[in-house]
Amino acid sequence: MTTARRKSYGVRTAPYAFLLPATILFALFFALPIGYALWLSLHKVHVSGLGLGSGARKEVWAGLENYKDALTDSELLDGALRVLGYGAIVIPVMLGLALLFALMLDSDKVRLSPFTRLAIFLPYAIPGVVAAMLWGFLYLPDVSPFYFILDKLGMPQPDLLDGGPLYLALSNIAVWGGTGFNMIVIYTSLKAIPVEVYEAAKLDGATPLQVALKIKIPMVAPSLVLTFFFSIIATLQVFSEPTTLKPLTNSVPTTWSPLMKVYQDAFGKGDIYSAAAEATIIALVTLVLSFGFLRAANSRNKQEEAR
Amino acid sequence: MSSLATSDVRKAAPAAGTTPGTAQGPPLRHRIALVPTLTLLLGALYCLLPVAWVVIAATKSGRELFSTFTFLPGTGFTQNVKDLNAYRDGVYWKWMGNSALYAGLGALLSTAVSALSGYALAIYRFRGRETVFSVLMAGVLMPPVILAIPQYLLLAKADLTDSYASVLLPLVLSPYGVYLARIYASAAVPGDVVEAGRMDGASEWRIFTRVALPMMVPGLVTVFLFQFVAVWNNFLLPYIMLSDDEKFPITLGLFTLLEQGSNTPALYTLVITGALLAVLPLIALFLVIQRFWSLDLLSGAVKS
Repeated sequence: MTTARRKSYGVRTAPYAFLLPATILFALFFALPIGYALWLSLHKVHVSGLGLGSGARKEVWAGLENYKDALTDSELLDGALRVLGYGAIVIPVMLGLALLFALMLDSDKVRLSPFTRLAIFLPYAIPGVVAAMLWGFLYLPDVSPFYFILDKLGMPQPDLLDGGPLYLALSNIAVWGGTGFNMIVIYTSLKAIPVEVYEAAKLDGATPLQVALKIKIPMVAPSLVLTFFFSIIATLQVFSEPTTLKPLTNSVPTTWSPLMKVYQDAFGKGDIYSAAAEATIIALVTLVLSFGFLRAANSRNKQEEAR
Repeated sequence: MSSLATSDVRKAAPAAGTTPGTAQGPPLRHRIALVPTLTLLLGALYCLLPVAWVVIAATKSGRELFSTFTFLPGTGFTQNVKDLNAYRDGVYWKWMGNSALYAGLGALLSTAVSALSGYALAIYRFRGRETVFSVLMAGVLMPPVILAIPQYLLLAKADLTDSYASVLLPLVLSPYGVYLARIYASAAVPGDVVEAGRMDGASEWRIFTRVALPMMVPGLVTVFLFQFVAVWNNFLLPYIMLSDDEKFPITLGLFTLLEQGSNTPALYTLVITGALLAVLPLIALFLVIQRFWSLDLLSGAVKS
């Protein structure tokens, strides 16, 4: 390219100058902490004598010891299994509802769509902590309208803050908070589909259901991939909702989710080395899952293009 | 569920005043439009339920909260607000102010950084462009706690923990904000316009601030909103960084109030009233901003 060579000095340096603030912030608040966490995860404190005096506590190389401990830690494993169960409820329900609402918003002659769109998106504006509080109160038998209605109907009143129902209670908070955002992402990409695509289908006499299943859903597949991807990450990182419900019940342990376990080890027990190893494992699982999923999605797209 | 809704709709359809037409013409579509509308209304009901509950619960006195039907308004709203004002010399309003500061300033800085980076990544062809972008995007995948613990330890070394900066600075760079800004810049700023600016002898900085930035404004409003909400809703970072409750944002403040409430249920009315007052500004912000906030932005609103 001859044009590339004719670029002036300003044009060549400008992008680097524009990216400077982001680069500095990335180095300070992303790269450095990640590097430090990796360093910590490979070390431990060696206490000599009674652990008194300035030289008594020393950071020494631990190799993969912290990782071995973390992987055999039953609390971390239990937390991972709980989050797996939680995610198995949240992700399909939330994305299913988001897709359903997006398709409904996009359908012809739907009424009240600006109002309902805003109402369904509204929970996004409400902090997770506050959402967990509001639902937490709605789960409390003394305050809840559900229990009042169940009582009047003479039906059994399940304890929503214990055992199996606790998963549903927590999942509901996540579904409530996340559906609207995902709906908007999917709806936006539905709006981007050119009208011409539908015209051919209409001429062929396709029903709205057929249009939705055969045209709309495949065309918004990339946004579905994106929302799924964000949902997995968010699920692995669940922290504030179970933490908020904790004061309302005795059934949420301080290590309910893996991140709560990391927090507990780092700040409750003061063992930042184990916490760093656990955090690294969670990050690796996130990366492997995300990249694995993205690759699978990409190869499927390529297959479809090849056809 | 859906079959039930459909049969209701079929029965209701003739009353909707459909004009007779061909079998597959307008009347059919009139009938079908009710299914989406009902589905969306159910969704809206579900989403508004806790909000409706908190509006009513905030009007109840401590005694009424546990004794009257949940959706029956109470008589204690003004007293609740007074109690909230009086609680620890109005620390609640301090929390609200802190949240506004964290979210407002944080989102503003974040939008500026995103705009610069997104523009650079969208407009220029330079070595390492895709690498920079991929590395930044990997930041989205990092669980906040992975970052927050070493960030805490590093900031502690710099003697910056328990300060406003410790909650503000780590959130300024938002990989998602950069991603959105890149999409908006490539959609809204035509290469010809940038080239024309160069022909006229404008510097790159001048082209960015005078030509590109105004074109990117609608997209940047979205970035600002996303980031404002993200910071306002943030819990983990202040939870880790802060110990002085005068610096707490509203999320952390309400959480500590709720924690104490498990011992003193009288504080529950304060938590509920506080929760209501805390969501009102964001709801108001949403209603105002959605007028400026076109949903078509993500799809690229530029026409050639």
